[in-house]
Amino acid sequence: MKTAKINVKDGDLLTTLRDFFRSILRLEDIGAILVPQHLSAKNVVMPTLVTDPKQLNGTDPLAPVFPLNAAKIVSRLTRKPMGAKVAVVLRPCEIRAFVELVKLKQGRIEEVVLVGVDCLGAFKNGDYIQIVGKKEGDFTSRFYKDALSGKKLTLEGFDLAPACKACENPVPNGADILIGLFGVDTNNQLLIQTRTPKGESLYDNLDLSDSEEPSERPGAIESLVHERTAYRDKMFAETTEATNSLEKLNTYFAECINCYNCRVACPVCYCKECVFVTDVFNHDPVQYLRWANRKGAIKMPTDTVFYHITRIAHMSTSCVGCGQCTNACPNDIPVMELFRAVSYHTQKAFEYEAGRSIEDDLPLSVFREDELAEVVGIGKA
Amino acid sequence: MTNFEPTIIAFVCNWCTYTAADLAGTARLGYPANVRLIRIMCTGMIDPKYVIKALLEGADAVLVSGCHPGDCHYINGNFKARRRIKLLKEILPRFGFKDERLRLTWIGASDGIEFAETIHMMVAQIKTLGPNEARTTMVI
Repeated sequence: MKTAKINVKDGDLLTTLRDFFRSILRLEDIGAILVPQHLSAKNVVMPTLVTDPKQLNGTDPLAPVFPLNAAKIVSRLTRKPMGAKVAVVLRPCEIRAFVELVKLKQGRIEEVVLVGVDCLGAFKNGDYIQIVGKKEGDFTSRFYKDALSGKKLTLEGFDLAPACKACENPVPNGADILIGLFGVDTNNQLLIQTRTPKGESLYDNLDLSDSEEPSERPGAIESLVHERTAYRDKMFAETTEATNSLEKLNTYFAECINCYNCRVACPVCYCKECVFVTDVFNHDPVQYLRWANRKGAIKMPTDTVFYHITRIAHMSTSCVGCGQCTNACPNDIPVMELFRAVSYHTQKAFEYEAGRSIEDDLPLSVFREDELAEVVGIGKA
Repeated sequence: MTNFEPTIIAFVCNWCTYTAADLAGTARLGYPANVRLIRIMCTGMIDPKYVIKALLEGADAVLVSGCHPGDCHYINGNFKARRRIKLLKEILPRFGFKDERLRLTWIGASDGIEFAETIHMMVAQIKTLGPNEARTTMVI
């Protein structure tokens, strides 16, 4: 693992990052870079696929918003060989989601160089739009300066998204190249670290001077993870209490309208055609009447809680907790909170962590001859 | 409550457990009528949503039963089923469906007696457990 520091002037991280990305794009074997940028249209940040180094001026990977999980975009780009290497700048949860997609055969890592940035968190889409609104000025700098100096992050009364506050993976460990902020003197420097042989060969082509990881970094990361884990555990306890019976689950999803936005936004919901939009769920009209007759009244549309429990069963072992499901819900249902709370346990049951490694097998795609004997049988008479 | 007759949905594999159930019938063993058998070709066919659907519709328990590991007619279907049932047993109790409401057993084709006994035991267990909440709740 190689480490370097690049100089920052007056704490202006964005300019330094832009120059760094330009230098990556100028490398001979890199054909393009996928990076979040401010679109000239509005104060909006979207992933952009850039080939011209002169068009990186709006680059902003530190903006506290990510309207979609870019793992899906990288999956689109790598579905078939592109004929060029692409550097992709991603948050840790996006990298982990992409690792899951590669294992689900919906992405390939061969032509991709994963550039991960230490993640300070993000606001929910709706909140970010309200905060930033029509304001001019460099909101991102204000945000990251506050975040990195340990100031409590509430801006205009808005708080970071719960998914980010509960995220125990702020460091992109699965990246080829890591851009470090935690424990680094970010007024003057940025940390660059290689994590894989692929990262190292890219690093060698850049003009960087070897250095050492700052001694404060492990401690800073540990205390951040500790804080996040505490929030996460509290979130799990509250969510479990709110959903531990069918009646409570009904209440939790009372506003759900079966729009399936959560499924569309989810980077690891992998079916190309979800069963819930097929004819399986085009019930015969007489069937609705039968159901209504049985209970006296049924809420329409049907299959709401059924959809959510089934989605949990199908993808919880790959859930990376990015929170796009909650972001996408038009009725503000805390989908992520429930999915993470259950996914934590289903992943633990198989000793699996979503996105941890490409080498880990997906738990439901493999089996052992002798295992899980506790699941079999009907217990004592 | 004392007259509560549970409804058990049993997904049974064609080659082993369904044959065992057939044997129980041929041998006039008799087992409770609470069970509704659904013949499937292999327990490896069980998508978690069949189990979830059965429980949300109001079934008091679900039994999934197939060939013994190593004896699956399709080689490895039952291994996959075992993992899927493990997954469901992690998820369903979190929403109030008690663990005893989902059972996985291996009952071979010649085990007619064991099949009848399993059904007797399950019915007794579910009778003490009580009816499924989904019977009376409007499931959203």
